[in-house]
Amino acid sequence: MSVAASPADDAAAAAPIENPAARALMRRHRVHGWEALPWLAGIAFYFAFPDYLSFGCDLLVTILFALSLDLALGYAGIITLGHAAFFGAGAYAVGMLATYNIWTEPITGLLLAALVAGVIGFLSGMVLLRTRGLTLLMLTLCTMALLEQAANMAAAYTGGFDGLPSLPIGPVFGVFAFNPLYADTQYLFALSVLFVCFVFMRTLVYSAFGQSLTGIRENILRMHAIGSPVRRRVLICYTISAAMAGVAGGLWAQTNAYVNLSALGLDRAATVLIVLILGGYGRLYGAFIGAVVYLALEHFLAQIYPTAWQLGLGILLVFIALFARGGILGLAEALWRRYSGKLSRRLRAERAAP
Amino acid sequence: MTEVRLQTQALSRRFGALVAVRNIDFKLAAGARHALIGPNGAGKTTFINLLTGVLPPTRGRVLLGDRDITGLAQAERVKLGIARTFQINRLFRGLSVLENVCIAIAERVGAARSMFYPAGKRTDIIDEAMQLLQTLALADAARLRVSELPYGRQRLVELAIAIALRPTVLLLDEPAAGVPSAESHIILDAVERLPEDIAVLIIEHDMDVVFRFARRVTVMVGGALFAEGTPREIESNPQVREVYLGQAPYRAAHV
Amino acid sequence: MNAVAEIAGIVLGGLAAGTVLFIVSVGLSVTMGLMGFVNLAHGAFAMFGGYIIVLTMNRAQYGFPAALALGFFGTAALSVVLERFLYRRLYRAGELDQVLFTIGLIFIFIAGTTIVVGSEAQSLQLPPSLSGQLNLGIVHYRTYSIFLIVIGFLIALGIWLTFERTRIGGQIRATVDNRRMAESLGINVDRLFTITFAFGSGMAAIGGGLGAEFLGLDPQYPLAYLVYFLIAVSVGGLGSVIGVYYAALILGVLNFVLTLYMPKGGTIFIYALTILILLARPRGLSGGKEQ
Ligand SMILES: Nc1ncnc2c1ncn2[C@@H]1O[C@H](COP(=O)(O)OP(=O)(O)OP(=O)(O)O)[C@@H](O)[C@H]1O
Ligand SMILES: [Mg+2]
Repeated sequence: MSVAASPADDAAAAAPIENPAARALMRRHRVHGWEALPWLAGIAFYFAFPDYLSFGCDLLVTILFALSLDLALGYAGIITLGHAAFFGAGAYAVGMLATYNIWTEPITGLLLAALVAGVIGFLSGMVLLRTRGLTLLMLTLCTMALLEQAANMAAAYTGGFDGLPSLPIGPVFGVFAFNPLYADTQYLFALSVLFVCFVFMRTLVYSAFGQSLTGIRENILRMHAIGSPVRRRVLICYTISAAMAGVAGGLWAQTNAYVNLSALGLDRAATVLIVLILGGYGRLYGAFIGAVVYLALEHFLAQIYPTAWQLGLGILLVFIALFARGGILGLAEALWRRYSGKLSRRLRAERAAP
Repeated sequence: MTEVRLQTQALSRRFGALVAVRNIDFKLAAGARHALIGPNGAGKTTFINLLTGVLPPTRGRVLLGDRDITGLAQAERVKLGIARTFQINRLFRGLSVLENVCIAIAERVGAARSMFYPAGKRTDIIDEAMQLLQTLALADAARLRVSELPYGRQRLVELAIAIALRPTVLLLDEPAAGVPSAESHIILDAVERLPEDIAVLIIEHDMDVVFRFARRVTVMVGGALFAEGTPREIESNPQVREVYLGQAPYRAAHV
Repeated sequence: MNAVAEIAGIVLGGLAAGTVLFIVSVGLSVTMGLMGFVNLAHGAFAMFGGYIIVLTMNRAQYGFPAALALGFFGTAALSVVLERFLYRRLYRAGELDQVLFTIGLIFIFIAGTTIVVGSEAQSLQLPPSLSGQLNLGIVHYRTYSIFLIVIGFLIALGIWLTFERTRIGGQIRATVDNRRMAESLGINVDRLFTITFAFGSGMAAIGGGLGAEFLGLDPQYPLAYLVYFLIAVSVGGLGSVIGVYYAALILGVLNFVLTLYMPKGGTIFIYALTILILLARPRGLSGGKEQ
């Protein structure tokens, strides 16, 4: 641009990259020290709560599933009610391969789960993602219901309503066997899988591709107008998200050693949506916070006071929708901003005072 | 006559019974400073939507240079050098001003395809975005979210995104509409300082601006071309006066 | 003769179920068409009204018509309160917030009903005049089903005439068609929405009560039939009374046939059909508005 710099901003004009906004953008992808916390907590959990490891597995699977939804919904803004379709596809892929002793190795099993779910995501996405709003909600919902009924009908292969129990899952690396009675290996395996998937997703969302996904979420019409191949981007994102949900489903099947129709239903799709939004979508760590809070509350409240749990959950959802759109993390961020804003104002005032 | 960058041939668009754009033959020269004026509902925005591929025409063709681009999608036309601003802001409201511009640049240079390289390491993109923001006096707002800016500065971001695409044809749909006059001059200054070789078509209601900026003026009424000429010619055209006097008294003083 | 009777029985049973689906869904269709609000909690109003109707009949010995009227007005009143204080805040919000909010409402209704009334299913005691069999010439069929089909037809006709012939109907059609244009013509869209929202919720209540006899009525009702309401509305087309009427009747008959002959997973065809229809016509059978 051969345009004279405006006099308005001399300091920044000297070296544009020194601008705080530019610096923030350049640093955003860097790993912060606190990001080790969830993983340390995950390992600490293993030692601190040996009796709760199967609960821990469910927690890790839910985080992974919510992360996959976050990619589609939180980043690309694809509003879907049918994400459990991919979770279920992954779960049944692992379950059926194991039941019929075709494939029991867990790591490659998860890759196959990702492949199956990803292919379903790609094919359905190709036709569904042209639509928006209620139509898209309905199409995703119906696709999931379709898969659910298909699994129900093909009872000879899927076990129908009862599902496939006692899956034989091979040992990890041929060494670490899954103990059906005690979920220690399962827990560590799930934690590792979650870690790998998280690193993948974190890289993705901080790439320029990820940035363009947020652009699509924020204003899809503008993305078209800056020359972005929006449809292709959305389809790629949806496929990756589906594959990741498939891994979550496969992991669920492996750690529980069973599959049933609950993998595919509206219940699961709605729950993961709630988990994600409760934690805060479009934020990477929202899935973690949401899953921990939701599952902990559910685990301790739902069994004892099921109705009160439901009532409380309902009120919470209404509250979030009306007043706290960013979920728990969004609230925390707003509080932090207010606090740090006040702090920096005070610092500036103090500096200006003498 | 200089080289023609963009032209239309018998371009028409209907909405049901309404013919919003009627049989328009129009030429935009390279390096043009061209104003498109006309009363509300004349079809100006629809015309730009046809040029950029937001809407398909019912009939007619759009040519960029000698290439027929009528069938091309919006994004493909952008790649060929056509950029625009919208009459109503279309911005990434939840993202920072800097990110708004970076997304556009990343798309232009093809970086947005890369899935595993951190966007923050593309300092070339961030650098270019910051420089552009400086020329538009937006550098101090770079880290604010667009939704936190006053409307006038949001309009400026709208312009920044279009410029960031380095277009050869730039279509501006009322860039300063709704902006208090104290701020609108920043926008119009920026428009005046655009590189000479870009062909600019601007829709503008303020006749002072049109006279200051445009070397050619096209008047559209009821979806059809009504008159075209230099600002002087248009000013002294009695029929144009009549159209404006009849339809929009607030502009009469300028015509 | 037997085959004819069987087919007639299936069709009539399906039409009766479809009619209930229509009565519940029609309000949802119109309010979604007007405001674009994704209201998943519509079925909760049907349940709320259904409970009023069934409980006033079973416990307070109200007559059927009086109970229906009470259900209609009670639910409409509740919906106006919710609309004024809660829904209204989310008109300009994204679909996601609307989805979340209405799922939350569903949970509140489910829990509230369980706490106040209990989790057991309620059954509707039909008045004797409706509980017998009716001789239709070729077949005998349940009087109540025939009654439902006729009532549903009259309701559809009534709403359709209101849309076509009255001022408020014209305003609704104009607004569904192009909200901005309608506003610029001086139509008070907010008021229009409140009125249709109240009326639609009242209709849902009546549907909940009329259908209690064979759809059942328990606290899970709003979730159990959610997908069916949504299919009827999206396939029928937002804001289209006739579209929703046809969609609901087809859905009713199809569901009846499939659950009878393919109890295991037969509904797969309903979902497949819905997907195909929505892919071919994203705005539903009636075409509806360009957005
Ligand atoms: N998507 C659409 N569907 C139906 N009618 C439309 C659509 N877009 C524009 N119109 C109509 O086409 C006509 C021309 O509209 P357009 O927005 O192009 O006018 P304009 O010259 O840009 O007016 P303004 O000065 O108000 O911006 C108007 O009557 C408008 O109502
Ligand atoms: Mg316009």
